[in-house]
Amino acid sequence: MDVDSIFTFLGTCVVISPAALLLVFGLTSLLGFPLGERIMARCTQASIVTGLTAAVLILFMMLATGTRHVTVEFGNWFMIPEQHFHFHVKFLFDRLSVPFAILSFVLCGTIGAFTTRYLHRESGYRRFFLCYAVFVLGMILSSLAGTIETLFIGWELVGLSSALLVAYFHERPAPVRNAQRVWSVYRIADASFLIAALTLHHLTGEGDFDGLMGSGSWPEGQATISQGHALFVGLLLLVAAAGKSALVPFSGWLPRAMEGPTPSSAVFYGSLSVHLGAFLLLRVSPVLEQSTTLCVAVVLLGLVSAVVGALIERVQTDVKSALAFASLTQVGIIVMEIGCGLRYIALIHIIGHACMRTLQLLRAPTLLHDYHTLENAIGGHLTGESGSNEPKNGQRVRTWLYRFALERACLDASLDRFIVRPFVQAFRWCNQAEERWTRFLSSRGSTNSGPPPSPLVVSVTANTSTDNAVTEAFHV
Amino acid sequence: MSELHLPWLEISILLPLIGALVVCLVQDRDVARRRCLWICGLTFVCAVGEWLDFGTLHVFEAHDHWDMIEAVFHKDIFVIDELSAPLLPLAALVYLLTVLATVRTKVDRFTFGWALFSEALLLATLACKEPWVIIGLLIVSALPPFFELVARGKCTRVYVFHMSTFAALLVAGQTLHDLSSTGSIISVTAAVLLALAALIRSGIAPLHCWMTDLFEKATFGTALLYVTPLAGAYAAMRLVLPIAPDWILRAVALVSLATAVYSACMALVQTEARRFFCYLFLSHSSLVLVGLELVTPIGLTGALCVWLSVGMSLAGFGLTLRAIEARTGTLTLKKFHGLYDHTPVLAAFFLLTGLASIGFPGTIGFVGAELVLEGAVEVFPAIGFVVVLASALNGIAIMHAYFRIFTGTRHVTSVSLCARPRERLAVLVLTLLILGGGFFPQPGVESRYHAAIALLEHREIKTTPPPDESAISSLVAWFTATKH
Repeated sequence: MDVDSIFTFLGTCVVISPAALLLVFGLTSLLGFPLGERIMARCTQASIVTGLTAAVLILFMMLATGTRHVTVEFGNWFMIPEQHFHFHVKFLFDRLSVPFAILSFVLCGTIGAFTTRYLHRESGYRRFFLCYAVFVLGMILSSLAGTIETLFIGWELVGLSSALLVAYFHERPAPVRNAQRVWSVYRIADASFLIAALTLHHLTGEGDFDGLMGSGSWPEGQATISQGHALFVGLLLLVAAAGKSALVPFSGWLPRAMEGPTPSSAVFYGSLSVHLGAFLLLRVSPVLEQSTTLCVAVVLLGLVSAVVGALIERVQTDVKSALAFASLTQVGIIVMEIGCGLRYIALIHIIGHACMRTLQLLRAPTLLHDYHTLENAIGGHLTGESGSNEPKNGQRVRTWLYRFALERACLDASLDRFIVRPFVQAFRWCNQAEERWTRFLSSRGSTNSGPPPSPLVVSVTANTSTDNAVTEAFHV
Repeated sequence: MSELHLPWLEISILLPLIGALVVCLVQDRDVARRRCLWICGLTFVCAVGEWLDFGTLHVFEAHDHWDMIEAVFHKDIFVIDELSAPLLPLAALVYLLTVLATVRTKVDRFTFGWALFSEALLLATLACKEPWVIIGLLIVSALPPFFELVARGKCTRVYVFHMSTFAALLVAGQTLHDLSSTGSIISVTAAVLLALAALIRSGIAPLHCWMTDLFEKATFGTALLYVTPLAGAYAAMRLVLPIAPDWILRAVALVSLATAVYSACMALVQTEARRFFCYLFLSHSSLVLVGLELVTPIGLTGALCVWLSVGMSLAGFGLTLRAIEARTGTLTLKKFHGLYDHTPVLAAFFLLTGLASIGFPGTIGFVGAELVLEGAVEVFPAIGFVVVLASALNGIAIMHAYFRIFTGTRHVTSVSLCARPRERLAVLVLTLLILGGGFFPQPGVESRYHAAIALLEHREIKTTPPPDESAISSLVAWFTATKH
């Protein structure tokens, strides 16, 4: 058995293990033979350990042989050879994808083990693990994708599982509304991604990253498209990354996503999913390098997101929201690093931040309990002294900043006011016009009456009364 | 012309036709439903048999063995070709599943006799290539919903207005076409009239109000069976595509593109489940028309793939909505219903079919959506990306409906609402088809590509005018005549 065959075998194991997990969970649910909790936990364990072991072995082999670029071909999923149309499935193992895949396996494994106990005997246990399997497969496909189409498939799977897990506690309206918001933002990001992918496909004639990024393995590749095209495609990808990583102006969905169970919050919005946008930018970084304007845009977007995240984080009153905005700050900084061309630093930053944030989010529910125990023991509050170091001047600026942060930079409110509300009003008007026309033709009323709410307008996480007021105002 | 090994086409048309008569004579509704189910099942078997038989022949078109109609009329009326071969079993499957998933509480409302009659008409339409016979069948097939509206005491004006316009345009267009020569101005006018008729039947905006009206006033099953087989698209393929010049087809594609986005936007603001479904369906059926009228191999292949995927996924989606309606009454999307805990199977199927319709990876809709997008961008580089926008909006609307119907609250009831075995069977069959077609798309893509190429070749033969009969020379001749 030569080295290439071993690489192919291990690479296949990495991809097949989460796919097999999804197949088992999906088929048993579909056929009405639900698995027990213990079997599901064992299956998850086996899948993650297999995938992780294979990924680590690939890393060691790459280090041992000095190979920096391994591809595993799965052939064409479908094709029309006469029209040169093909959907090529190929996986790429390089300095970017291997660490990200290992990170995904490690964190997903941790979360899987944690959830086995956290959701023990919960009615939604199976539902959680089905979505979890979709998520793991999506992450691995995205991490290892060798073509932009494969990356898109992983991207979509991650989006779907995220939205469904935000709505995990689906007997309450707030999680469901928040999930709808998350899904809406993801769909817009997906649309942007798809247009970018198609444009790249038309410009270079293929969706293969090797072809798109020219010669050289990551991060030394050089894009083969012109500066103008790079700017156009790069901006579309930036929108896609902003949607997925909750950068400004889409940051509003990040605290909403914390409505899901703690393990999913940790793995999606604290560690992996929230970094997927940054991963995309890293993967297409040769395209970014083609245009200075694009790099500046990336840096600015990262800077604004980091500043906004840092400000908002300071005024949050619940730990999960505070952690969500702290994540946003770090992701913003990572995006800035990518814009500045510091690719390795960005990759290391992603890994470090993801691990730390997962730990924090998993610790968050028990931390409160521990604080209470400690306070009971000492018979007083643990709050530190405040006010002694506060500056005396600049009170107006501080008040403004406080309000700005409390309103979460009015990001969601602005999107609702300038995009959602005009959209809804315009199509409500069309709906009424159609009803009038139908009534005119039939001389009888149509049954669809009353003001229709829009799925795009959803309530805010109910943390502040101001937010609720905004929501109610938009549910005209 | 090649022959099938058995008279599949005639049997699959005659079975529901005779079945309609038999079922009409039965007084007991339960017995009628059982007989209808048997007849639909047998028809489906015949349709599948015809498809498999045709697949073994490796030809573009074939007709029945012992073709009685040919023997009588000396003309091949019922012919199967690569376009219609998979459409016949799809249509039969939609009818079978609709009857199968009709719950006992709804048997008094749903008219099985008319359903079988319309199935016979639909299968005859799909198996026919003769323009006048297609036109006759399309006009007659508009009658069962009309009679149902009358029987339910609903206003029929909107439906009658649109369907009579549709019929008049078809007849006028085909008459003009018969009188004209290829490439002449009369021929172009005929193509425009026929295209308009196809647009009305497909519900392209602003000629779509009959569809929302039908969904509101007829039973869900009847409305579903009338629109999901995409008879309008079939009319466009058989009557418009072979004769219309490129600019008419491109215009139709542009209007369809606009309708796809408009309907997706409208689906987002609906508060009634039926109207929501109607707009969702309109958006998708418009995308089929977009692909069909692009007249490129990729676009046409994509459209034919989307045709199958939309037919399957939205029929499943509609059947799920219908099953939910049978439990709760008319569904409003203004409030949460929280039905997940009672009907997890239907919830999962609702989501799966919805995602398949928007072309989610791993489902049957993915390939078609990719191909249509590729074709649209190839022909309209600037606005082809609108297809992506329509898909994104549809995705948001589907998830919105899912959340409203299945989540958001705890539904309290003393009656079991879980899916019945028949419904489970229907769900399982469609799920397997949706996922099977999604994971193994290559045979479907190959078959649709062959069909697309063959259709384009036929079109080229039909639309190439003789040198002295081109549109320009006809125009010049007409101007000269007017001047004198």
